[in-house]
Amino acid sequence: MTAVAEKSQTETGAGEIPSFEVTLRISRFDPDSEKGERWEDFTVTMQGTDRVLDALHEIKWHVDGSLTFRRSCAHGICGSDAMRINGRNRLACKTLLKDLDINKPITVEPIKGLPVEKDLIVDMEPFFDSYKEVMPFLVAGGQEPSRERLQTAEQRERFDDTTKCILCAACTSSCPVFWTDGQYFGPAAIVNAHRFIFDSRDDAGEQRLEILNSKEGVWRCRTTFNCTEACPRGIQVTKAIAEVKQAVITGRV
Amino acid sequence: MQTHNYDVVIVGAGGAGMRAALESSKHARTAVVTKLYPTRSHTGAAQGGMCAALANVEDDNWEWHTYDTVKGGDYLVDQDAAEVMAKEAIDAVLDLEKMGLPFNRTPEGKIDQRRFGGHTRDHGEAPVRRSCYAADRTGHMILQTLYQNCVKQDVEFFNEYYVLDVLMTGDPRSDEGVRASGVVTYELATGEIHIFRAKSVVFASGGFGKIFKTTSNAHTLTGDGPAMAFRRGIPLEDMEFFQFHPTGLAGLGILLSEAARGEGGILRNNEMERFMERYAPTLKDLAPRDVVARAMANEVREGRGAGPKKDYVYLDLTHLEPSHIDAKLPDITEFARTYLGVEPYTDPIPVFPTAHYGMGGIPTNIRGEVLRNATDVIPGLYAAGETACVSVHGGNRLGTNSLLDINVFGRRAGIAAAEHADEVDLPELPEGLETPTVELLQRLRDRPATEDRIADIRIALQVTMDANVQVFRTDETCRKALADIKDLKKRYETVAIQDKGKRYNLDLMEAVELGFLLDLAEIVALGALERKESRGGHFREDFETRDDVNFLSHTMAYRTLPDEEGLEGTTIRMGTKPVVITRYEPKERTF
Repeated sequence: MTAVAEKSQTETGAGEIPSFEVTLRISRFDPDSEKGERWEDFTVTMQGTDRVLDALHEIKWHVDGSLTFRRSCAHGICGSDAMRINGRNRLACKTLLKDLDINKPITVEPIKGLPVEKDLIVDMEPFFDSYKEVMPFLVAGGQEPSRERLQTAEQRERFDDTTKCILCAACTSSCPVFWTDGQYFGPAAIVNAHRFIFDSRDDAGEQRLEILNSKEGVWRCRTTFNCTEACPRGIQVTKAIAEVKQAVITGRV
Repeated sequence: MQTHNYDVVIVGAGGAGMRAALESSKHARTAVVTKLYPTRSHTGAAQGGMCAALANVEDDNWEWHTYDTVKGGDYLVDQDAAEVMAKEAIDAVLDLEKMGLPFNRTPEGKIDQRRFGGHTRDHGEAPVRRSCYAADRTGHMILQTLYQNCVKQDVEFFNEYYVLDVLMTGDPRSDEGVRASGVVTYELATGEIHIFRAKSVVFASGGFGKIFKTTSNAHTLTGDGPAMAFRRGIPLEDMEFFQFHPTGLAGLGILLSEAARGEGGILRNNEMERFMERYAPTLKDLAPRDVVARAMANEVREGRGAGPKKDYVYLDLTHLEPSHIDAKLPDITEFARTYLGVEPYTDPIPVFPTAHYGMGGIPTNIRGEVLRNATDVIPGLYAAGETACVSVHGGNRLGTNSLLDINVFGRRAGIAAAEHADEVDLPELPEGLETPTVELLQRLRDRPATEDRIADIRIALQVTMDANVQVFRTDETCRKALADIKDLKKRYETVAIQDKGKRYNLDLMEAVELGFLLDLAEIVALGALERKESRGGHFREDFETRDDVNFLSHTMAYRTLPDEEGLEGTTIRMGTKPVVITRYEPKERTF
């Protein structure tokens, strides 16, 4: 009864769409359980404006409380709920059910290339370790001005795209190179290096380029564009990687 | 069980926690403990900006900012705190810029500024451009910039450690010598208990918007900090003051920044009338949030709502250039497209108020020290950000002042915590302090299966809070909410969870969170019942005006002692704390 009460809130949105049944085929795994890795199907009744995250909640809250996944903000800004939905990396909170084919089961799996901890939760530490490798912070030499550092609107625009990154790992865990070579920094780390390399206020571009010129750096990228397609923030990830490659070759930013 | 020893432990890794960590970790051995990963914190969802009287684009000064904050808060603001915040705002913005925050720029290359609700020049004359911003993702940039600098400074994080209890050497209600001594945490990955002993503990654990159904808040904003403090005998201040942000996406509650109106967006009813002209002739759509939210709710109540159920109004951006929208409001317009299928270039966006921000919280002074009553501090215990109540927001927070609050008072709390740690020894911890936590978890995990569900209790709580303690309140609705909460608390005593495992048992975590939400909702509803006046975000239809004679004071909610009787069958006793008034005598608010 109360579940209906919660769903009624979505009915008030624009463009009313009737409710429908949808089956989620979810990858389950708990290393402490004897059941092992398996697929489980759950069929739930959802509404037109509901997202995959709403369906996961419906299952966790009313069918099986042991289903485990990360989420927080539920509107695509915190980066907690990247998962593989119908074989593509997406944020569950940004993927509307009605945009998927609901006539067949929707598959939901953890993102690939990182160790699975339980159900849809993966170990994020290797991902953040790569991020930390690229000096993801402003390094500005010289004496600090008393007011702000000046930067033109054009200089600011130069790295705007890569400031949008929410570190959800959708790009990195969509990369075939990362799947086979866990040592590769991966797209997200390069995106965050790009964000500083092309910031006019930063003085550590050369050091970052040197790091990214290493064995596990940008040259591992095979330009498959999976990362760009996966990015829920619409960052042109492959383009950013190409710009970093170019900068490594020319030694200029 | 493991025990860790630190000088300073910070609970929460959003803006306030990380700003505190950047200060304290320079001088003291610091651990930051968070139930999320730092970059998942809800600071990242803030959009519009951070106000500071930089005067980069037009005349401005911090005194005007102080005045706006005090008036916006309906004179319940502690004016010494507001003055500190408005003064230190300027350095707070410049510090962030130096840390690398990519602010939007003026043609001269300075930090650009834009208008925001309630921020004016010359004491209410006209809107002023005071908000420093990075498109409509300023909070995201602040969170990322602070995290980047924590990485640079090698700050030590314990991610996905859920803090469940705060440890003190005595009871803050009765023990004058009480000191903070650490926290008890639950490691989500393993289910193991970790005790962090510390000389200083800083609460920066965010808000509690999940007591409401329609909210801009993250699922994880369950008021853990204030609730565990309250259980241990620390009072909570002004909890009845909750802000409903005018422009949530209708039906969903997802936030659309006030920056949309700062950039020229207009609210319209079903007749496409710019109705704010009637409610706030000078500031119109940029009046403070409590005024705008009530006006919107009133339009809907009087039958001028839009849509099939006439239950929302419109945010109209269609007169703005698409290129301007793309440059200044890219994220929020994408929310409208993604979640409602509305194209903001050509169509107005359905919006309605959404529970957004708790003005109240753990009481502190301007050093961030936590108070155990109206006057005395608890040495070694600090709080900052939404979890705290300084009080710079009074009865209603002005837009952008939350990002400012976390930076100014996060920094102050971090400094004070490190200084205190330098002066004292690690308090001794008696054996068995983790027992209440262990027992709480065991009870929740070991109960026999029930039909009832944690989620159903939570949703019922949110429904009653939305129906009874939202924008409009009366004696009757507050009592209804209190009665419902009492029933829900009974159900909570017997409800079972399904996941019995140790590893990532988020079923168990949600159960603990619900307990915190129930406690806080009761304090909010009781505070709303007892405050028989209308002020800021608290509006009583049976007491429609502000009553400075009887209610110009902060509410302090205390947990009763075992032999003490609470109000209305609760375990809550109400007290007061004087409002600090320095420059501005209370006046009637007009906008």
